[in-house]
Amino acid sequence: MLKKTSLVTATALIAGAGAAAAQDSCDWTPDRAVTYIVPWGAGGGTDANSRKLASMLEEKWGQPFNVVNRTGGNGVTGHSAIARADPDGYTVGSVTVEINTMHWVGLTDLTYEDVTPLALVDIVPASVLVADDSQFDSLSGLLDHARENPGDLTASGTSQGGIWHLALAGMLNAEGLEPDAIRWIPSQGAAPALQELIAGGVDVATPALSEGKGLVEAGDARALAYMHSEPMEALPDVPLTAETLDSGWTLAAYITTSGPAGMPDNVACSYAQAIDEIIASDEWAEFKASRGAEVVSMSRDELSAYMAEKDETLGEVIEAVGLAQ
Amino acid sequence: MELVTLLAAVFEPQLLLTILLCTLYGSFVGAMPGLTATMAVALLVPFTYFMDPVQAVAAIVATTTTAIFAGDISGALLRMPGTPASAAYVEDAHALARAGRPRTTLFVSLFAASIGGIIGVLLLASATPLLARIASRFSSDEAFWLATLGLSCAVFVGGASVPRNFASLFIGLAIASVGIDVAVGHPRFTFGINDLYDGISFIPAMIGLFAIAEILRNAETSDPTRLGQLSVEPLRTALAGAWGQIRQRKLGILRSGVGGTFIGALPGAGADIAAWIAYAVSRRLSKTPEKFGRGHYEGIVDGGTANNAAVAGAWTPALVFGIPGDSVTAIAIGVLLMKGLTPGPNIFSSDAMLVETLFGAFLVANVVMIVSGGLAIMAASRLLRVPRSMLMPSVLLLSMIGAYAIMGSVTAVWIVLGLGLLGYLMTLARIPIAPAVLGVVLGEVVEDNFMVSMMKAQGDLTGFFDRGTAAVLGVVTLAVWGLLLFRAAREVISGGGSRSRETEKT
Repeated sequence: MLKKTSLVTATALIAGAGAAAAQDSCDWTPDRAVTYIVPWGAGGGTDANSRKLASMLEEKWGQPFNVVNRTGGNGVTGHSAIARADPDGYTVGSVTVEINTMHWVGLTDLTYEDVTPLALVDIVPASVLVADDSQFDSLSGLLDHARENPGDLTASGTSQGGIWHLALAGMLNAEGLEPDAIRWIPSQGAAPALQELIAGGVDVATPALSEGKGLVEAGDARALAYMHSEPMEALPDVPLTAETLDSGWTLAAYITTSGPAGMPDNVACSYAQAIDEIIASDEWAEFKASRGAEVVSMSRDELSAYMAEKDETLGEVIEAVGLAQ
Repeated sequence: MELVTLLAAVFEPQLLLTILLCTLYGSFVGAMPGLTATMAVALLVPFTYFMDPVQAVAAIVATTTTAIFAGDISGALLRMPGTPASAAYVEDAHALARAGRPRTTLFVSLFAASIGGIIGVLLLASATPLLARIASRFSSDEAFWLATLGLSCAVFVGGASVPRNFASLFIGLAIASVGIDVAVGHPRFTFGINDLYDGISFIPAMIGLFAIAEILRNAETSDPTRLGQLSVEPLRTALAGAWGQIRQRKLGILRSGVGGTFIGALPGAGADIAAWIAYAVSRRLSKTPEKFGRGHYEGIVDGGTANNAAVAGAWTPALVFGIPGDSVTAIAIGVLLMKGLTPGPNIFSSDAMLVETLFGAFLVANVVMIVSGGLAIMAASRLLRVPRSMLMPSVLLLSMIGAYAIMGSVTAVWIVLGLGLLGYLMTLARIPIAPAVLGVVLGEVVEDNFMVSMMKAQGDLTGFFDRGTAAVLGVVTLAVWGLLLFRAAREVISGGGSRSRETEKT
């Protein structure tokens, strides 16, 4: 496995060097159907963003972009499918923040170096939600209770060691509590976790605020905090952890469009260009606004650096909460 | 005034045309063994880009309802249910078709489906917020008991003896345990094959156990024209007979329609589970339970009503909370978002007209379905005239394509073939297949909710009875299981295999 990875990396370097010469010929377009792999289930945030983007790429390039949900293995299945495909531009997919966490918790050897980042699609900050009949009306109240009664409360949002678990455990750790002072109940994604929250099955949920927005607006859940430094436009009154917590803890997941490592540069830059144009369009802005999210974008170089930096900081959190393998 | 605008919107020619085309498309896809309603909708998504929101949603709704009905077509004619929702009563439908009443059976299915869909949409239109309130109280405890209760249906559904039904159910549960376990993420029975990490989903299981096993059974018999000799009754007799059956069973239809809608609204339960539960309840309450599984209309009417009612019910959590009730509504939410509409409580006030038109389109789709479903039945009964030596290889080919399409990997084809052999061996051992499919469908749901509840209660089993609804469901489930085990023990002691032998003869 290790041998294979280094081989892929080596190929990537050669391909990268060769492609540098043809830097400005970003004129590749697909001439048959493209497979767009989503490592997460239909109906979730990654799925919605990917389907929208795939449909706009389809419109732009006049070739079908078939969205395939390769779920399972806490994201390993889908990410492996993207990384192991031929880097010919006919298989791309949504590589998400889990590429920076899965290898630390020992799920896979796959890292961000096994993929070619093409464009940033979304940044998704976490939240702290409680049901509308919860006794807690502030994050500090919740944390005080957890400090005095460790293990009394439960929280959910994703699988064990998944990004929303790290959001909670990392926040508790940063605030000087035991990372399991609020016990984590694994779920198969945000939707079942939110169902548990409103049914009174768990006390807290820490999914993306955008995922809980419908429930918050309906008055079935209360948002105690937004783990970000800027307020969300659709819910501007949710307190920011960057301001309310002493540690200034924040955590956001991200979604990229990436291909396998070793993608020829003219293919990669054609994708980057096409997606840049889509992201700048009104249609994309409207779509983002409807989900209560902001339009984000990054150049390919910035994105690579961002993923490398996230890999390091998330590794530290995983180490601190004792999930590292 | 508002009603006039609404009617004008619903009966707009373009919308009606969309609904008609989609019901035809839905009947085609649904009737193909292995191609599910979900797949039909997924393939439809690219076309919805060119539609306005109401049209897009109407297209999805029309496709799903007819696909769920059309699953009965291949179930009755070939003993290969087109979608898992038809698996519960496939034995009855096939037995009736072989007894020379294929069209009557299918028209009974079609009328039941249409009425079930209409009950579902009426409930949806009048009680969505209320339904959502009830569904939102379901945590993993309640979901666990509901799924466990669903498992007990396996024993009511199969016509065979209780021990054989249990054997089949456990085979299904064993298949469901393949893959990464949900709570701690440990791989089981995967033999290092990456494709098995996701487990074996019910679609390849259904194609293998039903379709491939049936093909093997056909290859075994020496009579090359068995299907061709089936008699097909005249259309007029079929319609009159079917209508007579429906009129006799008003109470059952109402019960199954309301029950099906409610089950569809619950998280994690869809058309398939609704059909199983309705069938089991129907048999329990029937005056002639011994006829079930050998060609009885009662189960077809109730199961067929419930699965289409559930299609409507599944929209409840999607519209009210933006939480998808099943995979079809998950795709539908994606389409709505793409059109700039956010499902959630606000959609009822901000886009009230859209929601009302959606309900209207839902209603129309269920009526139009009678026309296109009728055409599909007429066309499909021609299937019976196709020589078996040509029909079976085509079904095999379609099954392989269906299997490949689900996982996008050749492993799926091997899974289907392996399970086909297993299904064939089960038939030889006179073990019914339907309970195994139920086991595959529910196995993961049961395990997932059990583990989540155990973690919440820190291993305390009494946690399953802590919540009011959960306690009631738990007591009911335990009572049902106790009764079944008692019956099983009695049958084993008295050496009761006679019932299953009779079933085999039909």
